[in-house]
Amino acid sequence: MKVVLENLTKIFPSRNKDGSEVVAVNNFTFEIPDGKLIGLLGPSGCGKSTTLYMICGLQAATSGKIYFGDDDVTNLEPESRGVGLVFQNYALYPHMTVKQNILFPLQNLKGEDKLSKDEMLERAYNVAKLVQIDELMNRKPSELSGGQQQRVAIARALVKMPRVLLLDEPLSNLDARLRLQTREEIKRIQKSTGITTVFVTHDQEEAMSISDMIVVMKKGIIQQIGKPQDVYDSPVNLFVAKFLGTPPINVFNGRVENGAIYIGEDKVASANGIENQEVIIGIRPEGFILKENGALKLKLANVEVMGRDVSVVSTKEESANPIIRSIIDADNKIEEGKEEVTFDIKPNKIFIFNKETEERIYLEGQTPTYVPQKEEEKVEEPALETVEETEAVEENTEE
Amino acid sequence: MANVTMIEKNMEQVTRKQAVVRVLVKILVYAFLIIMALIILFPFYWMINSSLKSLEEYKETIPTLFPKHVLFRNYAEAFDTASLGSLFINTLYVGLVSTVLSLIVTVLSAFAFARLEFKGKNILFAGLLATMMIPGELFTITNYATVSIFKWQNTFLVLIVPFLVSVFYIYLLRQNFLQIPNELYLAAKVDGTSDLKYLWKVMIPLSLPTLISITILKMMGAWNSYVWPRLVANDANHKLITNGLRNAFSTTTGDVNYPVQMAAVAIVSAPLFLVFIFLRKYIMKGVSRSGIKG
Repeated sequence: MKVVLENLTKIFPSRNKDGSEVVAVNNFTFEIPDGKLIGLLGPSGCGKSTTLYMICGLQAATSGKIYFGDDDVTNLEPESRGVGLVFQNYALYPHMTVKQNILFPLQNLKGEDKLSKDEMLERAYNVAKLVQIDELMNRKPSELSGGQQQRVAIARALVKMPRVLLLDEPLSNLDARLRLQTREEIKRIQKSTGITTVFVTHDQEEAMSISDMIVVMKKGIIQQIGKPQDVYDSPVNLFVAKFLGTPPINVFNGRVENGAIYIGEDKVASANGIENQEVIIGIRPEGFILKENGALKLKLANVEVMGRDVSVVSTKEESANPIIRSIIDADNKIEEGKEEVTFDIKPNKIFIFNKETEERIYLEGQTPTYVPQKEEEKVEEPALETVEETEAVEENTEE
Repeated sequence: MANVTMIEKNMEQVTRKQAVVRVLVKILVYAFLIIMALIILFPFYWMINSSLKSLEEYKETIPTLFPKHVLFRNYAEAFDTASLGSLFINTLYVGLVSTVLSLIVTVLSAFAFARLEFKGKNILFAGLLATMMIPGELFTITNYATVSIFKWQNTFLVLIVPFLVSVFYIYLLRQNFLQIPNELYLAAKVDGTSDLKYLWKVMIPLSLPTLISITILKMMGAWNSYVWPRLVANDANHKLITNGLRNAFSTTTGDVNYPVQMAAVAIVSAPLFLVFIFLRKYIMKGVSRSGIKG
């Protein structure tokens, strides 16, 4: 079942006295293809959970439409939409056994959908097998580990055979090892059921590792949509570039001068056809090539050996962060006691951004994989939009 | 070597000292508990003791700690003289009906105040809480005036209706409901559960300990109420147990048969004892409940 969001907007009335409204979700338009796993990604407060709640119907949209397939579900009650929702804290009913928890949604079915007791049990056991908790059916949630509770919550969401499965921060309550395991599990379950799945997270690694597509959000506005690798390789603005990737991207203040990119006095790459201007430069940690007399000169601080590769920690005056971290192959040897280290930069790992808007400026040989919505396209509700757009610009300049 | 043995010796001493202190503390604690238990139990003991004596023995200047002749007859006599049977039935009826109705009112309003969103919710709740500041005695007069207008004197209505709504119980249960994570409600919503079903299937089971406490308190209230029933329901058909006990044993000469009255009191206390003993377990159960992570 494909899910289409059309100009979806959610505005919360103000709690402050000045009456300013909070735009949690601003004019979302995107399509989730059938059977895919989509990660909604952004820092906390960016409206990703609100989007999820609107898709499942727990929160009404202020404006805009939601379609499941061809059905307009915007004004449908949650139970009629055929969605399964898994909460961050699992929200299992503590006084019921695992079996009763999984049966609960089935017992609410009415009319034609009503099932006999045997059918219910069969479905409950099938789904329990799928998530591998069929041996825990008579336990209470308090007798389960976090990971097991999570599975029960997924089973409860799946037992109705929903058209869309929604997961709200499904892994954030698990410890690191279990998180890794559970995310594989979620991917496996999603693949084997083929249910269109949307999940919300603030952890970019989590989103990148299991999503077919990620939606990066900031303050209620979609920044970029695409395959995880595409978004990583070609961010549309500084926010996306910074948000994706561990270790994070290295950011420098620099300039374009006479068709070349300069960080301080170092000419690090060519920039044919781009006007002279101040820019922000982002270089991914893996974009450095260790080279004697390379283009970029850095003050060496520290070398961290990690086995497979080496992490070189260095500093430079023009860097926006206190340290610059570059990851190079372990075969490269750096002499101890050296004060300076020089690198060449891989052309596909360097991004430049407009100093004011922080939008990407594409260099020669770099092509956009995602074109953000143009301001002209947002014509609905002009009164509202003007306010928000000025806000959006302000926010951008804050960064 | 000498040093090592010194330390060992010290350790032994310390261990012994600690053992002595532990035992002493235990003795003190238990002594305190036993004394308190005796103080609390003594009236009950005295009630049973007196209820088994003859009137003559009861009147002896030096009271006996155990009856010379155990007179179980007093109990039968108490039952007959005070027509305890009908008093029991009246009180049970009033107690049960008012408890059940009161629970329904409490649960529904606590749910509304805890979970539903409506205009003026907080103001309304603050208003309700404010009524808790008014002393109960004041209500006696206004309630009396009200029921007089309805001409409800000497009916069961007058014993039940005025006390159906207890702000305290609503407050208690609302706090309990608020502790149930909102996600459970949202999850139930997604699963197509109606508010009433959610209340019945999730909130009530999870708040059972509080509900049982409320039941006990309400039952006790009904069982022990004295002033109000005496004021508004004095005919034999609606008389409640407390008033019945007060008046039944005065003879025409003004002499009161205390042992029989004590026997009646013992009979009357028994149901409350039973309620306590059976429900104690549930009250304790409520303390260690959890099932949600996060």
